[in-house]
Amino acid sequence: MSNVPGDLRYTRSHEWVRTLPDGSVEIGITDHAQSALGDLVFVEVPEAGRQVTSGDAFAVVESVKAASDVYSPIAGEVLAGNDSLATEPELVNQEPYGLGWIARVKPGSMAEVEALLDANQYAEHLASEA
Amino acid sequence: MGERTPLYQTHLDAGARMVDFGGWDMPVHYGSQIEEHHSVRRDAGMFDVSHMCAVDLRGPRTRSFLSYLIANDVARLSAPGKALYTCMLREDGGVIDDLIVYFLDESWFRVVVNAGTAAKDISWMTRQAEPFGVEVRPRRDLAIVAVQGPNAREKAARCLPEACTSAALALEAFFAAPCGDWFVGRTGYTGEDGFEVILPATAVAGFWMALAGTGVRPCGLGARDTLRLEAGMNLYGSDMDESVTPLESGLAWTVAMKDDRDFIGRAALEAQRSRGVARKLVGLVLEDRGVLRAHQKVIVAGAGEGELTSGTFSPTLERSIGLARVPAATTGRVQVEIRGKPLEARVVKPPFVRFGKAVIEL
Repeated sequence: MSNVPGDLRYTRSHEWVRTLPDGSVEIGITDHAQSALGDLVFVEVPEAGRQVTSGDAFAVVESVKAASDVYSPIAGEVLAGNDSLATEPELVNQEPYGLGWIARVKPGSMAEVEALLDANQYAEHLASEA
Repeated sequence: MGERTPLYQTHLDAGARMVDFGGWDMPVHYGSQIEEHHSVRRDAGMFDVSHMCAVDLRGPRTRSFLSYLIANDVARLSAPGKALYTCMLREDGGVIDDLIVYFLDESWFRVVVNAGTAAKDISWMTRQAEPFGVEVRPRRDLAIVAVQGPNAREKAARCLPEACTSAALALEAFFAAPCGDWFVGRTGYTGEDGFEVILPATAVAGFWMALAGTGVRPCGLGARDTLRLEAGMNLYGSDMDESVTPLESGLAWTVAMKDDRDFIGRAALEAQRSRGVARKLVGLVLEDRGVLRAHQKVIVAGAGEGELTSGTFSPTLERSIGLARVPAATTGRVQVEIRGKPLEARVVKPPFVRFGKAVIEL
């Protein structure tokens, strides 16, 4: 079974969102997503300053097999992309919820973050897709 | 649900991720495609390729039949056991399939065809064989396992029936030997040494487990694709199909037209050659960051446009490589459009990797 940490929010398209103490959020792809993609070999992260809305394809993860878009779970301004993924895309496979984060975003509204799936709802979503 | 090989349950038990390939449920990897790839370049890996189909051709006029059926010249098969890579063409020169032909004796040749094309191949061969009185017999009672890598032959030999061991180890490259109802060829699709073993479906699970016991790593179709692409080998359906000829698919070397042998598609190839072949298949190495993929657009300054037919990240070279069909005048550098951005790529002559080593300049 894939790992679904209890303290994060999730999307049906398999992104996760972590609220940081300063009110910004960290975004990545879930353990389920990295496992389904297989070994990642290239990640394109968004540039700081970019305005995104929820559902925007704002990053790309490519495995040996295929390329997939990563969608921004919320609207806001990108504060940073994870530049270490340029040389170590495998961090997303190894630590999808840690060093493999993809972007930090300043949310337009915290209500939008809170409206995302919680861990139980995401686990149910995974079960329904299986 | 797709068709299943005799090893289907074995793959599930080993934790394989299964995908559809040409109507078959096949393992794409067993955990890490990249580690599987490296195991073939560095040690030994095995692939279930039982979705491919062995077809036995029998009858006294089998050689004449093949001489007419395929674009390569079966006259090149003079020693028993010798294998030949060839395309089988339509009258208009389009590629029906690529296949391997093994010469066993004058009244028995064996061919191995691709999974997705097997049905149309068999019906085409059966139709063409009729005037020659040749029997075309698909062998779905057989399974096929490819064991590839620098240590593959030595490890695989220990798992063969005793009666096959010495004949297998004595094989020269691109030769095969039948032994009982087993058949061992020193051929492959990875750019490494190794065997392709055709054996009774009832024996394949035991053979697979014995190979695993000697440390041969199960590898999925994912690694098979990155290995064949590094080796500069075409994939039917991606790099060529019925809409193109071998001459625009990097396969002119497999077409024998020096003498006046009549074969299906010859007139069309001669006409294409006299007009001038407008496109060619080349290797590309991406110099910018990113990953080449099939169907990306290639922009050739002063010569027009082309298209990637295959592309991937090369685990051995740690950069992206691909094959592309481009205007015949293409040389040097090109641009590949990836997600709307033109990225720099260099034209090279495949293979990219052979026997574990880079054979292009990086």
